[in-house]
Amino acid sequence: MSDARLPPPADMSDRAFLAGMAILGGSYVVLIIALLTANMFHTSFKDLKLAFQSEQIQYAIKLSVISCTVTTILALWVAVPLGYLLARTRFPGREVVDTILDIPIVLPPLVIGLSLLILFTTIPGKAFERVTNQHMGELLTYFVLPLVTAALIAFGCTRSTLGRFAGTLFGAPVVALILHVSVGEALAETLQDRLHTRITYAIPSVILAQFAVATAFAVRTMTVTFQQISPRTEQVALTLGCSRSQAFWWVTLPQARRGMLTAATLAWARSLGEFGPILIFSGATRMKTEVLSTSVFLELSIGNLNAAIAVSILMIAVAVAVLVLMRVFGLRGASII
Amino acid sequence: MNSNLLEVVNLGIQQGKFALDGITLRVPTGSYGVLMGRTGCGKTSILEVIAGLRRAHSGEVLLGGRDVTFLPPAHRDVGYVPQDGALFPTMTVAEQLGFALLVRRAPRNEIERRVQELAEWLEITPLLDRRPQGLSGGEAQRVALGRALSFRPRFLLMDEPLSSLDEATHGHLVRLLQEIREKRDVTVLHVTHSSREAGDLADVMLRLEDGRLVEGGR
Repeated sequence: MSDARLPPPADMSDRAFLAGMAILGGSYVVLIIALLTANMFHTSFKDLKLAFQSEQIQYAIKLSVISCTVTTILALWVAVPLGYLLARTRFPGREVVDTILDIPIVLPPLVIGLSLLILFTTIPGKAFERVTNQHMGELLTYFVLPLVTAALIAFGCTRSTLGRFAGTLFGAPVVALILHVSVGEALAETLQDRLHTRITYAIPSVILAQFAVATAFAVRTMTVTFQQISPRTEQVALTLGCSRSQAFWWVTLPQARRGMLTAATLAWARSLGEFGPILIFSGATRMKTEVLSTSVFLELSIGNLNAAIAVSILMIAVAVAVLVLMRVFGLRGASII
Repeated sequence: MNSNLLEVVNLGIQQGKFALDGITLRVPTGSYGVLMGRTGCGKTSILEVIAGLRRAHSGEVLLGGRDVTFLPPAHRDVGYVPQDGALFPTMTVAEQLGFALLVRRAPRNEIERRVQELAEWLEITPLLDRRPQGLSGGEAQRVALGRALSFRPRFLLMDEPLSSLDEATHGHLVRLLQEIREKRDVTVLHVTHSSREAGDLADVMLRLEDGRLVEGGR
């Protein structure tokens, strides 16, 4: 990569130009710092401690971490193939699909939440909800868990036989079979007992609401990632004996790792901050569908400003920690790749 | 088996405003063919059609008498060295050289043996643990050449493999290509705009001008 930096400013007019750019851009940085500082100084450590000892906020933290993580995995699951198709193929209606994918980004979040709610009042929506309510345990044990497991193995062990097998159409079914002959039945029963629930105004709705928005960002990131990877390497892989899927798994996907980390970071951070769709579609029920973003709203609505600020500070800290971790991991990855 | 290992018959290529038509060329078995022409005349496109990386508008591609026009690249037994080498950024040199055999599920010791054999011939043994980012231009081209030959293809396609190399590296690679030519166990089509390279290497010289082959065959 070439160094894009210019030589040091030569004279006063150069300095004045750079100073003007710094003032314009720096004003936004100052605003962000001011927002963070205002939050920090409006509360005390005692108030923070009190807020975090609250059972409701602890539940919100737990649900936020779990839902954001599940949403991120599901978002990547969709974003990687969709991004690859958009970057590499020309199919009828591609421009239409491309435009549709931008809708969740530009649509007001409340509208997304309302649309989700309406969707689940339709006949297909109700039927889907009936299935998940009565077969949630089986759905998770024999469908979601095998898919996630196979994807993690395939991504983590791209060049091993196990990784290659996990990435085929048989990977997830084999995991499902292993679960079935081992702990599958007990696991399905437990998950059904603990998680059998409707979708609307329940935990799955939180994930769905987050997924509906976060995935759009993940798709955009993965599309750009695959566009930046030279198709020539894939073409050479084809001449060396690969099928299209082998070339993807062995040559293209390893090059996309940093992009996937970026997409995962964006999806996770976006999910954490999602409020509007969750409020409409999941409600803001304490100890049920309450996540950190709705916690802020709930605390504010009962006049508990200190708790609202405490949760805000926590969200800021978590967001910064995720960003820093991903940047560090991404930079370390660059020396390997 | 047809002695003309590679035949392209009445090939037509069209993409946007670019078009080639009625291209027919033959490179005899074991010969070193050089396809010349100015930049942008369609040499790379012809190579890509033969490799199976681009669909022809019309015509046929025949390898050893077998019509491969609609076969995927993996089934054509063709090694391909693109202009920029296109090494896999996440693999070491050793992994690149062994990749084609890994895809073919060759035993591990066979892969290791072949990698060592290629590394010694290409004089890149000290580079086996390096990734492409740590290679010079000449080193990268040697790795690309080794990778393309690793599975002993019957046909080798090279797109300007010697461009933008310094004189010493250029000379070294020419010597390697001359060795390939002398062995006669692979038929080569080498694309270049350099008449010096053609002079050093070609058994069969072909020139593409204004969408037509003006010289060809033997």
